[in-house]
Amino acid sequence: MNYPHLLVHEHADNVGVVVVEGLKAGTKMLCCVTADNSTFELEAGADVPIGHKIALKDLKSGDTAIKYGEDIGRFVADVAKGGHVHVHNLKTKRW
Amino acid sequence: MASKYSNMTFMGYRRDNGRVGVRNHVVILPVDDISNAACEAVANNIKGTMALPHAYGRLQFGEDLDLHFRTMIGTGANPNVAAVVVIGIEPGWTKRIVDGIAETGKPVAGFSIEQNGDLKTIMDASRKAKEFVHYATELQREECSISELWISTKCGESDTTTGLGSCPTVGNMYDKLLPEGIYGCFGETSEITGAEHICKARAINPEVGERWYRMWKAYQDEVIEQFKTDDLSESQPTKGNIEGGLTTIEEKALGNLEKIGRTSRYIDILEPAEAPKSGKGLYFMDSSSAAAECVTLMAAGGYVIHTFPTGQGNVIGNPIVPVVKITANPRTVRTMGEHVDVDVSGILRRDLTIDEAGDALIDMIVRTANGRNTAAEALGHREFVMTKLYRSA
Repeated sequence: MNYPHLLVHEHADNVGVVVVEGLKAGTKMLCCVTADNSTFELEAGADVPIGHKIALKDLKSGDTAIKYGEDIGRFVADVAKGGHVHVHNLKTKRW
Repeated sequence: MASKYSNMTFMGYRRDNGRVGVRNHVVILPVDDISNAACEAVANNIKGTMALPHAYGRLQFGEDLDLHFRTMIGTGANPNVAAVVVIGIEPGWTKRIVDGIAETGKPVAGFSIEQNGDLKTIMDASRKAKEFVHYATELQREECSISELWISTKCGESDTTTGLGSCPTVGNMYDKLLPEGIYGCFGETSEITGAEHICKARAINPEVGERWYRMWKAYQDEVIEQFKTDDLSESQPTKGNIEGGLTTIEEKALGNLEKIGRTSRYIDILEPAEAPKSGKGLYFMDSSSAAAECVTLMAAGGYVIHTFPTGQGNVIGNPIVPVVKITANPRTVRTMGEHVDVDVSGILRRDLTIDEAGDALIDMIVRTANGRNTAAEALGHREFVMTKLYRSA
């Protein structure tokens, strides 16, 4: 059985979570949506550590990040599909 | 309706007030910071006792002092404690704590230092502590229903794997055991920020949800708004959370809330360290998200086992309550496996279901209740940290 590289909570999400160590840019990731265990493929755009997020599509500064099907903050920089999403391009709306 | 969990039992210590403990500690409890030395001397003299040194208890007043007494009395009253020696600088507040603990019916005695000095106090308290050890070590475990467990939860050093794996594991456990009649407890007021609309809707009815929301909003308005800094000074999410991939408080809150499962509803709101008064079910305790503070408050509320999901590997324990660590992060299992009681990293590989992980946690809860030392107990983690509401007088 192939283990997934990336898990996504809900189909509405625009970010997923890397669940393997040592993920390299260019890897064709097996992605799994945990809500129904459906799968898809996506190419990693950067080396991304385990636990960190990857954009599932091209996202613009000002867009809302969606995870668990919910609003988790606002993008403060553009990020391309497959790119690393973290504190350098995503910010809370709360403080 | 009977489930496969209904007939589960464990061997516990039934106390005089009917509650059941899973540990049998003899505690030497300081009323105040300046009585720590005497308590530690007694615990050193009498094997099988444990001192609980802490930083407070002087010049507190009002709501802050009420919380101090509630935490002290609740800790001594916890069913995991067989007997308590209380030592304070003066007799008045010492007696107040002794009287509070005595309501459980368990052996408790108070000693005060003024007009005795440390040495006489230590001698008198040591003789009493020795009596209590003889008493406690003759108590026998008896078979108890799993429904008699009080199980709290709080997560720590979370990362994105907690929301995917270890928190849903705890939620699955609550969805299975709350219908059997256990008491549950979650909290971490600041850490629901971003998921408050979901938490409010998970109350048993709109009135309880509205009270929960007012409690949550009061912390936002009175503390966060008053003192906040950009990104809350890397404290919510914490540096460890950020290292693990959590970016915002909203993301962290949504993962946190996975701990109450899919079907569980909370029935009431507790003040910090307050014991439940509305019967069996799930409670929300107004509490800090700092691990040692939160677990100390829940232990003082009467909970006897704590389930602790972690991502990056929070090493916390508690002196009187076993803290069961659950992680889904394979790197944490690999690099600091000695801190992990339940490895659910299979959830990330999709070769372990949440249902199977929940059953594995329930199995570990029963083994822990029967006496298995947790990783935190074996490693000597006894973090006992009082919550303070404002500056002392």
